Amino acid sequence: MEKVLTKNIRDNREPMWIAEYEKAGGYEAFKKALQEFKPTEVADLVKSAGLRGRGGAGFPTGVKWSFMPRFEERPEQRPAHVYLVVNADEMEPGTFKDRLLMEGDPHQLIEAMAIASYAIGADIAYVFIRGEYTECQRKLQRAIDEAAEKGYLGEDILGSGFNLKMHLHMSAGRYICGEESALLSALEGRRAVPRHKPPFPAASGLFGQPTTVNNVETICNVPHIINHGADWYKGLGLHKDGGTKIFGASGHISRPGLVELPLGTKLSDVLDHFGGVRHGHRLKALLPGGGSTPLLTDEHLNTPMDYEGVGAVGSRLGTATMVVMDETTPIVGVLKNLEHFYAQESCGWCTPCRDGLPWVERILTNLEAGHGHPGDIELLDLHVKLLGPGKTFCAHAPGAMGPLESGLKYFRDELAALIPDDQDTLGLTQPANAVSNS
Amino acid sequence: MKLSETEIAAIRHEMTLYEDPGAATIEALKIVQEHRGWVSDEALEAAAAVVGVTPTQMEAVATFYNLIFRQPVGRHVIMICDSISCYLTGYEEISAYLKKILGVEFGQTTADNRFTLLPIVCLGNCDNGPAMRINTDYHGRLTPEKVDAILAEYP
Ligand SMILES: Cc1cc2nc3c(=O)[nH]c(=O)nc-3n(C[C@H](O)[C@H](O)[C@H](O)COP(=O)(O)O)c2cc1C
Ligand code: SF4
Ligand code: FES
Repeated sequence: MEKVLTKNIRDNREPMWIAEYEKAGGYEAFKKALQEFKPTEVADLVKSAGLRGRGGAGFPTGVKWSFMPRFEERPEQRPAHVYLVVNADEMEPGTFKDRLLMEGDPHQLIEAMAIASYAIGADIAYVFIRGEYTECQRKLQRAIDEAAEKGYLGEDILGSGFNLKMHLHMSAGRYICGEESALLSALEGRRAVPRHKPPFPAASGLFGQPTTVNNVETICNVPHIINHGADWYKGLGLHKDGGTKIFGASGHISRPGLVELPLGTKLSDVLDHFGGVRHGHRLKALLPGGGSTPLLTDEHLNTPMDYEGVGAVGSRLGTATMVVMDETTPIVGVLKNLEHFYAQESCGWCTPCRDGLPWVERILTNLEAGHGHPGDIELLDLHVKLLGPGKTFCAHAPGAMGPLESGLKYFRDELAALIPDDQDTLGLTQPANAVSNS
Repeated sequence: MKLSETEIAAIRHEMTLYEDPGAATIEALKIVQEHRGWVSDEALEAAAAVVGVTPTQMEAVATFYNLIFRQPVGRHVIMICDSISCYLTGYEEISAYLKKILGVEFGQTTADNRFTLLPIVCLGNCDNGPAMRINTDYHGRLTPEKVDAILAEYP
C-alpha cells in the first residue's frame, strides 16, 4: 500500500534536510496552497477530505478550522495574533508515533504547519513538545532554521503577503499538558490546568486570542491532501474513515514498532504486520490506542481499525498505538498500572478525579496483593460511574475509566476471584489492622 | 544570588518568543536546571526576577511539573519508565535490579553522587520496553546485563 506520512522516513530516522526534501517534492503543497487557494478553501478541502484528529479524540480537522474567526474582510478587527499550536506532548502510555514523524521527517511537519497556519489565518505557530523529546527538538529546530533561511517562514512568504513565525516549546512534563486547554495554560507559563469550555480555543485560546490546537500526525496529513485532493485522500481508507494511520504495537507482540496502514485495516491484519502475539502465546486483551482506550479482546479481531469501527465495538481508536497482552497477563496488574498513572497525573483541579483515582488504585493494589474485600468490585463499578464523562472538568478521569470499565466487563470473574473467601485471614476482626486503609 | 550571563541571556531570549514574556516561566526553570542540575530556592527567586513574575508564581509552576528538580540530583539522572508497555515487558525486574546495585530507592541519590534514580511515565519508547533514560539518552530492551554495561558509560 501507498505510504503517505512515512514515505520519506528512513530506517535510521536520519531526516531529509531541506535540499533533499524539496527534491522529493517538499514545500510544493505549501506553494500551491499560497498561490491557488484562499485560506478558507484550504479549510474546506481538508473538511471534504474527512481528516479526523489523530491526537485521540478524532474530531474532524476541517470543521475545527472552520470555527476560527475570519478577518480577511475586516482586517482592522484582526487581533494582535492568531495562533496554531501543534500538540506534540505524546505522554499517553503506549503511544510513540508523533516522535517518529518529528525525528524522521521534520520538514513535513513544518510544511504542514505552514499550510495549516495559512488556512486558519495564524501568524505564530508553536510546537508543544514533551520535555524528554530532545532529539525531536534538535531536528525540528534545525529544520525551522532551514525553512526560514529559504523564505518559507518569516514576512511576506514567497511574495504572498502571508507572515508566519514558528517556535518550539519544551514541556516540563505532566500528562495533563496534552489536554488542549491545559496545554494552552502551560504555554502561557502557568500550571497546566484545563479550562472551562466554552469558550473554545477558536474564540479564546492562547493569551485569549483565536487558537487552533492539532496533533502532530493530524497536521502532517495536510500537505498530501493539498497535493492529491480530497477524493484521493478518502480513497486511502478501507472502511468508513479516509486516509492512512500510523499504527503501533508494543507489549507482548513479536515485532514491536510502527507501521503506516490504511485506516479501517482489520485488527487481525494490523497485528500480523507486527508478527502477531509473541511466539507461543495467544491474545488475551489489547488497548487499541493508548492507556485511555477501553480494552478489546480476541472476539474483536475482525474490527476495522478506524474511528467508526473501533467505536462500534465499544472502544476508541485513540492514537492507534496498541498495547498487546498475552494470556500470561494478570488483568489486575494491567489495571493497577494504568490507574497508578492516572492517579499520579491528575492535575488535582476537581475532586472526583483527584480523590477518586487514588482510591481506585488502592482497591486494585489490595486485590492484586490478595487483600480484597467483598464489595470491592461494586466499588470499582461505582467509580466508573462517578468519574465518567461529564462528571469532571476534563477527559482525564473518564479516560482513566475506559480500561477499568472494559476490564470489569470482560474480566469480571478474574477480578472477583482475587477476593479471598476467608475474610478472617485479612484481620478484619481487628479493624485497627484493616489492610485496605494501610 | 545572581544567575550567570548565559542563563540570563537564554531566559531573555525565551521571553521574546511569547506575546506575554511571563510565559517563559517554565523555560526559565529549565534553563536554570540545565546549568545547575536542580533549582534551589535562591535560583528560583533569581529566575523569577528575570522573567518578572513573583517567586510564588514561579514556585507554583516549579512544583507542578515532573522534570523540574527542587532537590539536588546526582551527576546522572536515571529515569525508568513504569507505564504499561514497560510493565508488560518487565520493568519491575529492571527497577528492582537498579535499586539493588545502586543501593538506593526511587527518589534517592547514590552516596558517591553519581546517580539519582527516578520513576517516569511512558517515555514514548514503548516498542523498546523496558525503557529508561539517563540524562538525555534513551536506552531500551533492558536486561540486568545490559544495565550493567550501560551504567558503565556514565562515570
Ligand atoms: C488528559 C488528556 C491528554 C491528552 N494528551 C494528548 C497528547 O499528548 N497529544 C495529543 O495530540 N492530544 C492529546 N489529547 C487530546 C487533545 O486534548 C486534543 O484533542 C488534540 O490535541 C487535538 O488535536 P487533533 O484534533 O488533531 O487530534 C489529550 C487529551 C486529554 C484529555
Ligand atoms: S478531570 Fe482530573 S485532570 Fe481533568 S481537570 Fe479534573 S482533576 Fe484535572
Ligand atoms: S510504556 Fe514505557 S516507554 Fe512507553
